[in-house]
Amino acid sequence: MTGRESAKSGQKPLLSLRNINMTFGGVRALKDVSFDVLPGEVHCLAGENGSGKSTLIKIITGVYRPQDGAVIEFDSQTYSHMSPVTAQNSGIQVIWQDLALFPEMTVAENIAFQTLLGRWPRFVNYNAMREKAVKALARLGVTLDVDRPLKDYAIAQRQIVAIARALVGEAKLVFMDEPTASLTQSETDHLLDIVRTLSASGVAVVFVSHRLAEVLEISSRLTVLRDGALVGAYSTDGMTQSRITELMTGKTFDQTVRASDVGASPVVLEVEELSLPGQFEDISLTVRRGETLGITGLLGAGRTELALSLFGMLKPRSGSIKLEGKPVHFSSNRDAIAAGIAYLSEDRLSLGLIQPQSIADNLVIASLDKITVSGLLSDTRKRDLVAQWIADLGVKIGLQTDAISTLSGGNQQRIAIAKWLATDPRLLILDAPTVDVGARAGIFDIVAKLAETGLAIILISDEVPEVYFNADRVLHMAKGRIVNQFLPADCSLAEIEAAVYA
Amino acid sequence: MRKAVQSHATEFALIAVIAVISLFLSFATDRFFTLGNAFDLLNTSSVNIIFAVGLLVVLIAGGIDISFAVAASVVQYVAALMLGWIGGGGWISGLLIAGALGVLLGAINAFLILKFRIISIVATIATFNIYFGLLMFFTRGVSIYNLPDWLTSRVILFEHEMADGSWIEITLPVLVMLICVVATWVFITRTTTGRQLYAFGDNPEGARRFGINIGAMQFIAFGWLGLMAGIGGLIQAHYAQEVVPNALYGRELDVLAAVVLGGARLGGGKGSVLGCVLGVLLISITQNGLNLAGVSPYAFKMIVGAIILAAITLSNTSIEKLLPFMRHEEGRK
Repeated sequence: MTGRESAKSGQKPLLSLRNINMTFGGVRALKDVSFDVLPGEVHCLAGENGSGKSTLIKIITGVYRPQDGAVIEFDSQTYSHMSPVTAQNSGIQVIWQDLALFPEMTVAENIAFQTLLGRWPRFVNYNAMREKAVKALARLGVTLDVDRPLKDYAIAQRQIVAIARALVGEAKLVFMDEPTASLTQSETDHLLDIVRTLSASGVAVVFVSHRLAEVLEISSRLTVLRDGALVGAYSTDGMTQSRITELMTGKTFDQTVRASDVGASPVVLEVEELSLPGQFEDISLTVRRGETLGITGLLGAGRTELALSLFGMLKPRSGSIKLEGKPVHFSSNRDAIAAGIAYLSEDRLSLGLIQPQSIADNLVIASLDKITVSGLLSDTRKRDLVAQWIADLGVKIGLQTDAISTLSGGNQQRIAIAKWLATDPRLLILDAPTVDVGARAGIFDIVAKLAETGLAIILISDEVPEVYFNADRVLHMAKGRIVNQFLPADCSLAEIEAAVYA
Repeated sequence: MRKAVQSHATEFALIAVIAVISLFLSFATDRFFTLGNAFDLLNTSSVNIIFAVGLLVVLIAGGIDISFAVAASVVQYVAALMLGWIGGGGWISGLLIAGALGVLLGAINAFLILKFRIISIVATIATFNIYFGLLMFFTRGVSIYNLPDWLTSRVILFEHEMADGSWIEITLPVLVMLICVVATWVFITRTTTGRQLYAFGDNPEGARRFGINIGAMQFIAFGWLGLMAGIGGLIQAHYAQEVVPNALYGRELDVLAAVVLGGARLGGGKGSVLGCVLGVLLISITQNGLNLAGVSPYAFKMIVGAIILAAITLSNTSIEKLLPFMRHEEGRK
């Protein structure tokens, strides 16, 4: 400690961690990790899912206790571990990905929540809470009705409430875990402005995000974790997205455009002037056998609503859908599945999988009719079907009967795809399919192979590179309409990004 | 006003339903719309309201309790025996003993839920059977009629003869009920611990990350319900002037229905004392009115069930949709 202090670089870290080790039931979640944050900086903590980012944050905020030997220095105090109370009292605040807010309570109570803590009962001073809340919101340049229950506000405003709560706690260091994951572009920009305001007022911010463009835009330094170990700490000057990906995964990805011309193959899906007022208008598109059609656009552009309409879960007001030339009308997604449409949902955390159930049960859930013998489920047929798909998609599993939750994110994703492929679809809709950077390449290899077998695929993503590198054709949706079509073979990534993010 | 209606939609919906039913009953019977009857209602509903505000605290904290009514029976019986041993006692010792026994039985529920990680509905169904089984086994179903005089004599705090010759009375159960209601209201809306209970019920993981003591929350919630069950049990013995082991058996579902009707959410984080009291009153008013109207008691349950469904549907569809001027405001936003 004295060594670094005497170095007197003027940049003594605000937070400094050494020898952080953590084991969960025999699995080492963190191995000898060190981590430094300078006062007032915006620092990015990067790593794939399962690399130990969340565990590290939970140690710093006192939710977990690291193994013996850990040294945590914060604001010139040394600790062997934190507790939630000491962390908060000394000025460490976290904005969790799920925000850890209380929807039924008022905005004021959420922001000034700390005044409600403490072991012994006290009377609540609502006026003081209101005052604190208004003041914290004013610091962020936001006005909300602090007496309304939080559930009346949308996610972007809840995010701001969570940040305001951190300010009430006299934060010196704020962690933000995936803060932009569910925000639209303009909301994200607003949030990044707020982060800059915080940093300028001397509050250090540690930003966890899988959106690398944002990371480069906002942060000055970067710490990368991989498999629970420290890869290194870097300045973001001269850092590129592909270099960060390399550091995070330890692999180099050569991203090449996979687009090919499927020109004359027969049309599988033909949509004409499909409209659902308020969601999307006048959508016409075709997808051919073996073609991968990319649809991109900002959050709220109507992409997912369009997909749900094709899948029979939303009823379009007007327009027509034709499958292999025949008009279809779905009254539910059961009809759509029967007609050969599969939809892999956007929900990143659950992927439409039933976590406690076995791998095999998850895989066959959409195709139970294929494994029945005279009306009863056959275990033998189930085992064969599962074995076939697991081999085809190269999923690494233990036993078919293991719970799906024992698999890594990437392998869960494969099971989710297999679940739909087992229904023998003609059209596969993938909505925001990538969970993390490492799994990404593997998933798209599968997508490309499927397209080669003649499956028509619609790939929906708000990350332009994903559709650019993996689709044959890219449609750009904005405010519910298709505004542009791009052919990745003929244009650059920058061109599409400029159009989408404009 | 609009804001008040919006943020207390359930309470306003209940008041509206109560008003409609009262209006209907006042035409259907000549006895319903009298002050005397109103005070009767209050006297007879007191025990259920005491139970209800206790149960409300557990629901707010995200739990549920099936065992409190039979726990109250256990408390009645044991308290009656203990009062006999100490030579009779009085209201103060009686309430202390009943309250302490109630807290103990509530704490057993909290202990099971915490220690063995049993979800509250399962834990309290188990203790419901255990408490009731033990009570029936040891009492062989025999009632106690030989209670101390102070417990069986009616305590009338206020009485007044109306012009029509009927009496209005406020009895001790009403006073105790009012104290329980106000205490619960202060506890859950005006103290930090009460707000922590709301937060815990609303988002347990969020509360945990703030270092709120989860175990303490369970003990406080079930302890509070135990306290109310104990007090309610003693008051019920006073009201009935006897201790019958299975007198309160089945009461738990009536009270639960009333509390949920009052806007409390199974799952936690939501519910108000006012709503809870209105929920109990709505059900008692309905039963009382049907009684006065000479409807067969066999039809009561069916009608009460229908009213619960109607009131819950009404409070879920949110009052704004029903009132045109509210919709207007929505449009402008």
